[in-house]
Amino acid sequence: MLHIDFHHSAKKTRMLTDPTTVTSSSTPSTQAHASEQVPLPGPDVLKKWLYDMKLIREFEVRAMQAYQNKLAGGFLHVYNGQEAVAVGTIAALQKGDPVITAYRDHGHALARGMDPKVGMAELFGRIDGCAKGKGGSMHFFDVPNHMYGGHGIVGAQTPVGAGLAFATMYEDEVINKGKNSHVTLCFLGDGALNQGAFHEAANLAKVMNLPVIYIVENNRYAMGTAIERCTSAADSLLHKAVAYGMDAVKINGMDITETYPAMKSLVDDIRANPRPAFVDMDCYRFKGHSVSDPRKYRTSEEELENEANCPIENLSKFLLSSGVMEEADIKAMTKEIRTEIRAVVKWAEESPPPGIEELYHDVYVEEWGPYTGTSLPNFMKDKPGGQA
Amino acid sequence: MANLTLVQAINLALIQEMEQDDRVLVLGEDVGINGGVFRVTEGLHKRFGGHRVVDSPLAESGIIGTAVGLAMGGLRPVAEIQFEGFLGPAYDQICTHAARMRTRTRGGLTVPLTVRVPVGGGIHAPELHSDSPEAIYTHTPGLKVVMPSSPYDAKGLLVSAIRDPDPVIFFEPKRIYRAFREEVPEDEYTVPIGEARIVREGSEMTMVSWGASVIHCMNAIEASGRDIELIDLRTICPLDIDTVVTSVRKTARAVIVHEAPLTCGIGSELSARIMEHCFLDLESPVQRVAGFDVIMPYYKLELDYLPDADRIGKAIEETAAY
Repeated sequence: MLHIDFHHSAKKTRMLTDPTTVTSSSTPSTQAHASEQVPLPGPDVLKKWLYDMKLIREFEVRAMQAYQNKLAGGFLHVYNGQEAVAVGTIAALQKGDPVITAYRDHGHALARGMDPKVGMAELFGRIDGCAKGKGGSMHFFDVPNHMYGGHGIVGAQTPVGAGLAFATMYEDEVINKGKNSHVTLCFLGDGALNQGAFHEAANLAKVMNLPVIYIVENNRYAMGTAIERCTSAADSLLHKAVAYGMDAVKINGMDITETYPAMKSLVDDIRANPRPAFVDMDCYRFKGHSVSDPRKYRTSEEELENEANCPIENLSKFLLSSGVMEEADIKAMTKEIRTEIRAVVKWAEESPPPGIEELYHDVYVEEWGPYTGTSLPNFMKDKPGGQA
Repeated sequence: MANLTLVQAINLALIQEMEQDDRVLVLGEDVGINGGVFRVTEGLHKRFGGHRVVDSPLAESGIIGTAVGLAMGGLRPVAEIQFEGFLGPAYDQICTHAARMRTRTRGGLTVPLTVRVPVGGGIHAPELHSDSPEAIYTHTPGLKVVMPSSPYDAKGLLVSAIRDPDPVIFFEPKRIYRAFREEVPEDEYTVPIGEARIVREGSEMTMVSWGASVIHCMNAIEASGRDIELIDLRTICPLDIDTVVTSVRKTARAVIVHEAPLTCGIGSELSARIMEHCFLDLESPVQRVAGFDVIMPYYKLELDYLPDADRIGKAIEETAAY
């Protein structure tokens, strides 16, 4: 009745980087993607990228202010400096392609189309947040936009990413009897490379040739420990992927005019020939691991030097030099975004916190949980499912 | 009707659910070509193919993490973990993802995942292959925890678990996989999650147990010659406390029997609930017959560890005489 056996189809699938052929080379091949140079999109899309990147930055700046003013609880891991990664990679996707990441997730959610109001309200723990104010900064979900979180345990999202890719492939091939049509992007930090879950996921993804791209946002620090101090083969991360027989590509994540074409080429290839791939995405985290990070592990000189390579400035310069935008256009855009995010903060502040009844909602499928006859707090006693 | 062992009943439930829903798939270590370590998935690979019955790497975190992703993506995965001790490496994925995804997304995403796990002692296996960790998962809101003690319940409960929109840890008492047969309908039926079963009615005292211990309770009750009501919880989370409370109000005495270590076992919770709801009805303290607070011993001491008809019989007499 059903014809597809992933174990068998794996053998038939074209493997660009077969581990048996790359062992002689010191670095895995990235030629397949570089040679298929994808052109940049038209001016409207380029302008939208700048808008999105600036929106993410402004969102984070306001989020930090709000956090310092105690408007937001929990922890806050901002995305400043890495905007070209989220925008440039997600731009290479189609609508139904799943995206999943770890806790530095605001940029991905916004790039995937989440309403910033809903994100800010989540930070503030309000009912109109994407998780009704019960998840916070680390749990940005937007299911209609195929944004699957937002997860707090380093690296634990990587097998889930494999599963999401497995699900789309199963849906396409087993249920709809068609051809794979989706690519899953699973982001992780360079620190997550040392988690066991990643290696289990990488192995399984390759064994089944799942269409998932593991994008390592290599911002050079695992929380507060430099990559050289905690990750083996820190200068050649691609080897880790080659060990699993995956395609592996190093991409510049600080310049979207390089990030996007490389990603688009890779995504299109994976869609056509499903298999996992690995991206060492070179980037830099302008702020600390979290807002309360004293950043003793790096110098301010290093920070200043890297901040000079700002992805937003890089795209702005490109748009100016190519005549797509004028200085005045960019200024107007900046102003528009400031106004928008100011309204976002106000809207989020005005959203009420969740009521205490929300405690019991959405733990199980039953509105009040399957708690009939069990010990309940007093406020639950008169609720459906509550006992007299 | 067919006369089936517990293994056969579970196998039949898997086949029927996979037949009627393309979204149901099975993954785990050796579940495919080899049919699983206890042969529970025997024949499934041949019948449904390797894309629906997936031999996974030996990597429990990867298995459950992938299954969580499958479930978030709209499928109904049934993952097998070979032995309950191997849930350890998967604990992160079960408790940080499967259990919490509904809350984390406020109902936007659910994880209709069933994790099938052989559980408990009695097969001369060492620790990690004979443990009873049901309390750990019961203490994790968002999970449902099921442990049948008969082929009929196993089939009906597994169907309910697969169809349940929330993650279910489905513990299969490996000691009774092939211990006895029972008439099981070949037609589809379900046993609801969250409902205990009164195995035997009685008026003198209430005995509460689950899993393989239910058989020992039955033997002890018969040996005692007393009129004892025996309740098989079947589902440990959510706990069907109403059935327990109704019974104890009637009998005024209660004995709880489980394999897991005594301290903070489900017996502790049951005892507390009975105290809360039946304080003035009780004629004797609630007794617990459980495993000891030690690591499950190897087979020469296994029978000393596991509650048996003798220990249960002693508790019955002490409770009756109080």
